[in-house]
Amino acid sequence: MSDTLHVATRKGLFTVQRKREGWNIAKVDFLGDNVTLTLTDRRDGRHYAALDHGHFGVKVHRSTATGWEEIAAPAYPPKPEGLEENDMWGRPLNWSTARIWALAAGGAGEPGVLWCGTLPGGLFRSTDHGASWEMVRSLWDHPKRKQWMGGGADLPGIHSICVDPRNARTVAIAVSTGGIWHTEDAGASWTQRGEGMRAEHVPPELTHDPIAQDVHCLAQCPAAPERMWVQHHNGVFVSSDAGRTFREITDVPPSVFGFPVVVHPRDPDTAWFVPEIKDEKRIPCEGKLVVTRTRDGGKSFEVSRKGLPQSHAYDVVYRHALTIDDSGDRLAFGSTTGGVWVSEDQGDSWACVTHTLPPVYSVRFA
Amino acid sequence: MAKVFFTENIQRHVACPETEAAGRTVREVLEGAFAANPQARGYVLDDQAALRRHMTIFIDGRTIRDRAGLSDAVNETSSIYVFQALSGG
Repeated sequence: MSDTLHVATRKGLFTVQRKREGWNIAKVDFLGDNVTLTLTDRRDGRHYAALDHGHFGVKVHRSTATGWEEIAAPAYPPKPEGLEENDMWGRPLNWSTARIWALAAGGAGEPGVLWCGTLPGGLFRSTDHGASWEMVRSLWDHPKRKQWMGGGADLPGIHSICVDPRNARTVAIAVSTGGIWHTEDAGASWTQRGEGMRAEHVPPELTHDPIAQDVHCLAQCPAAPERMWVQHHNGVFVSSDAGRTFREITDVPPSVFGFPVVVHPRDPDTAWFVPEIKDEKRIPCEGKLVVTRTRDGGKSFEVSRKGLPQSHAYDVVYRHALTIDDSGDRLAFGSTTGGVWVSEDQGDSWACVTHTLPPVYSVRFA
Repeated sequence: MAKVFFTENIQRHVACPETEAAGRTVREVLEGAFAANPQARGYVLDDQAALRRHMTIFIDGRTIRDRAGLSDAVNETSSIYVFQALSGG
């Protein structure tokens, strides 16, 4: 059961703590700076924060006994002389970290191993707690990588990294857009997964092509890793074979569109989503902020409203801004309009921590 | 040696005091400055060692032309200003 939340926002990292009187902001770090993502490594208690300084680039900071220290940021290798590679807009693709979009700890038996997904599509691995990073060349050099396209941003990016708790050499990542990719040899080789997903935003001949899928978020159940949930650009999909095949779930009230998904750590049939009007608007349906939950693998959904604004709410919840703790009882999410809510009863009810933060990019139990 | 000045805004993240470095191009001068201050390099240059997109460099009052190669000429008495471009917002 976690009593601490890290809320990464456009203007700083806010630490929210549960005290006797409830959840409150206890600390602010990097005030004024764009903090895009955090990771708490459960193996050693270290915290990591990704910052985007705009003019000055993307940086990574790691917690120390007294504060934070800047460590290496993932850096792309030199682009070979004469190599012409354009992005989907026809502009030269700059081999340079444009955003850190995923941070994940390695397996229990490999302390210090971290994974980092970036825009424009590079995956990086560290074996020394982030002191240095090495690009996973097998994925970057995969010929199909050049078919990845922008989705959530102008450039393609890796936003989800799922390290299999049974075997840390098995890792699944998700790309917007580029579908799901899977390795069983710690990143030495990769195969595309994700049969069964369906994309509405591409011509018919590509609709079912796994590489054309705009996965918004991929979540794997720690206790049952064969179970994966996907919040996709045009739907909700569930897999019972570690992402080889997916089944579409169409009857999700009030909408199948959204960005995040989380799964209960021990019950693979229980998952949560934050739905919105689909892509042309991207706001809560009828101005009512809700969380949907299934407890039966997607056969049915409950809509949770208790404690959430039900009038003129235009909160958008980004893909890293919904989280669940290790107990499976506590959830939290933050919104683009600066709201943060916590539930201690698996989403039956929610308490507002604040509604005045800068835009929230990521919420993680620390 | 050329004098190098860094925008005040960078100082909040990494100390970049005024410095001097030798070189015939802005690349050579900057690499000389960064040799003594390696953390600052990634704040000014991107992964391909090109000038970051929303940064700009003035040599004696002129903005540089070669943002990727940094081959613009520098002389012994040049003043080099590493600034943010307003385009970055």
